[in-house]
Amino acid sequence: MIKFDKVTKTFGSDGQEVHAVKDVSLTINKGEIFGIIGFSGAGKSTLLRLVNLLERPTFGKIIVNEKEISTISQTELRKLRSRIGMIFQSFNLLSSRNVAGNIAYPLKLAKVPKDKRDERVEELLRFVGLEDKVNKYPEQLSGGQKQRVGIARALATSPDILICDEATSALDPETTEEILNLLKKVNKEYDITILLITHEMHVIRSICSRVAVMEDGKVIEQGNVYDIFSNPQSKTTRNFISSVLNDNLSPRLLDRLHREHSGNIYRLIFTGGVSSKPIISQIAKKYNLDFNIMYGSIHELQDQLYGNLIVELIGTDSIVKEAVNELREIVEVKEVLGSESRLDHVLA
Amino acid sequence: MKVDWTTFWPKIVEALGETIIMVILTLLIASMIGIGIGLMFFVTREGNILENKTVFSILNILVNVIRPIPFIILLVAVSPLTRTLMGTTIGTMAAVFPMTIAASFAIARVVESNLVSIQPGVIEAAQAMGANPVQIIFTVLIPEALGPLILGLTFITVALIDFSAMAGTVGGGGLGAIAMSYGYQRFDTSVMVVTIVILIVLAQGAQYLGNYLSRFFLRR
Ligand SMILES: Nc1ncnc2c1ncn2[C@@H]1O[C@H](COP(=O)(O)OP(=O)(O)O)[C@@H](O)[C@H]1O
Ligand SMILES: [Mg+2]
Repeated sequence: MIKFDKVTKTFGSDGQEVHAVKDVSLTINKGEIFGIIGFSGAGKSTLLRLVNLLERPTFGKIIVNEKEISTISQTELRKLRSRIGMIFQSFNLLSSRNVAGNIAYPLKLAKVPKDKRDERVEELLRFVGLEDKVNKYPEQLSGGQKQRVGIARALATSPDILICDEATSALDPETTEEILNLLKKVNKEYDITILLITHEMHVIRSICSRVAVMEDGKVIEQGNVYDIFSNPQSKTTRNFISSVLNDNLSPRLLDRLHREHSGNIYRLIFTGGVSSKPIISQIAKKYNLDFNIMYGSIHELQDQLYGNLIVELIGTDSIVKEAVNELREIVEVKEVLGSESRLDHVLA
Repeated sequence: MKVDWTTFWPKIVEALGETIIMVILTLLIASMIGIGIGLMFFVTREGNILENKTVFSILNILVNVIRPIPFIILLVAVSPLTRTLMGTTIGTMAAVFPMTIAASFAIARVVESNLVSIQPGVIEAAQAMGANPVQIIFTVLIPEALGPLILGLTFITVALIDFSAMAGTVGGGGLGAIAMSYGYQRFDTSVMVVTIVILIVLAQGAQYLGNYLSRFFLRR
């Protein structure tokens, strides 16, 4: 478990202070995969580096495994760091050591005897699927392979927390999926709590159970990934979500739709278990209405479906109004207006 | 007056031996001092693992003041100190002292620039794994900088052959003294040619050995 309690981190001194993290309170539960998303410079890396005291908090408390860490001694700090594995965007492997040497490095620091080290290295190589690369040097490996070595190295001392600083940001989409799957496996098989930071929403969608959105050093929103996706509160969050859900129609397309379709245009948002019910055809029959489906998407989030439809309702105004009212009881309905500026607050 | 080559060859061989001893001795002592200074210079820099403003400023002044002094000036400037420490300013051993000073700071600079080129993230990763500053110096900084460091030392060795010749002209021994007293003062071109060829072969040999060792340590 990791708990940030009103944590602030300020760099520099008077005059040119940088407030990298401002009054952040967050709790990461044991065994979960928690994601922090934000644009570059939002303060994510700084927040992450506070967990293993690569940075010291200016104010506030950080509790790791029931222990307040900012006041611990040097020996306790070493122990703390061996309980927390860390992986990086740029992998940060030792170029002078081969794969086995890199994975064994934290064990050497912990003074684990050689036979035990070799055993553990072999086990980890199997876990990350790099048995055949044991004698290779980092520069002979692909990015994905380097990150696998990074993960194996981070797991060497059997930590209970893994922190990941943009671990997939330097990788292509396919390799990203492989590494994310490996992180899922780390979480499931070893029951390791994972705290990751990213600027990519698909990473959050793929593996996180909960998420916090950071902007300008502050956490502006946090919660269940599904809840955040289906009901984002801030504009930043909506932007991140639309980057993966692809739900925004271009203003030009919307204007054309309005010109070509005289009817009433609505966006229907299906969440939870609703997605699989025949809502539209039921309403169409009941009110003798025509539905013209103009755009649609369905996504899987946290094993739940999240759907989004833009429909034109063709019928008299009063009937449409009644039908919309009934729809509202089952799904979320938003009227789609003609231009982006007016749409901005409506669209997800 | 031409030299008598039958008696002159042994002199050249002896001078070659002196040059090699000067260079190797200087290289050994200066490497230890230079690597030490270079490491201290790097780790005491602001934001680094043993940040220390005072130590850094002192080293910064030493490195930046002594290193740019032309060797021939340094040689003369430290001669009183050389006399105090070595008892004389003449001969092979006396030449080692100023050469060591010059080489130490040159090596310190090479070491520091190699260390700067290590990705900072690698040091941070070692810290995150619980390494203390001493462990970082010996398990990260030195091994990571070793390959390019050997190339740097090779460069210094070649410069030392040059320095030794210069020291030879002002009282040190070795090939420089031969070139000076026979080739230059007696206008004997053949002596000049022979010493130049030997110096070139020596420099090339050092370069070749350095390249080989650096490849060996980089294992790539
Ligand atoms: N060591 C440091 N010294 C001064 N400013 C820093 C330092 N580290 C980070 N910052 C500043 O803190 C802010 C947040 O940085 P960072 O945590 O790296 O953001 P992110 O990881 O979200 O991109 C940035 O403005 C950055 O310039
Ligand atoms: Mg960052």
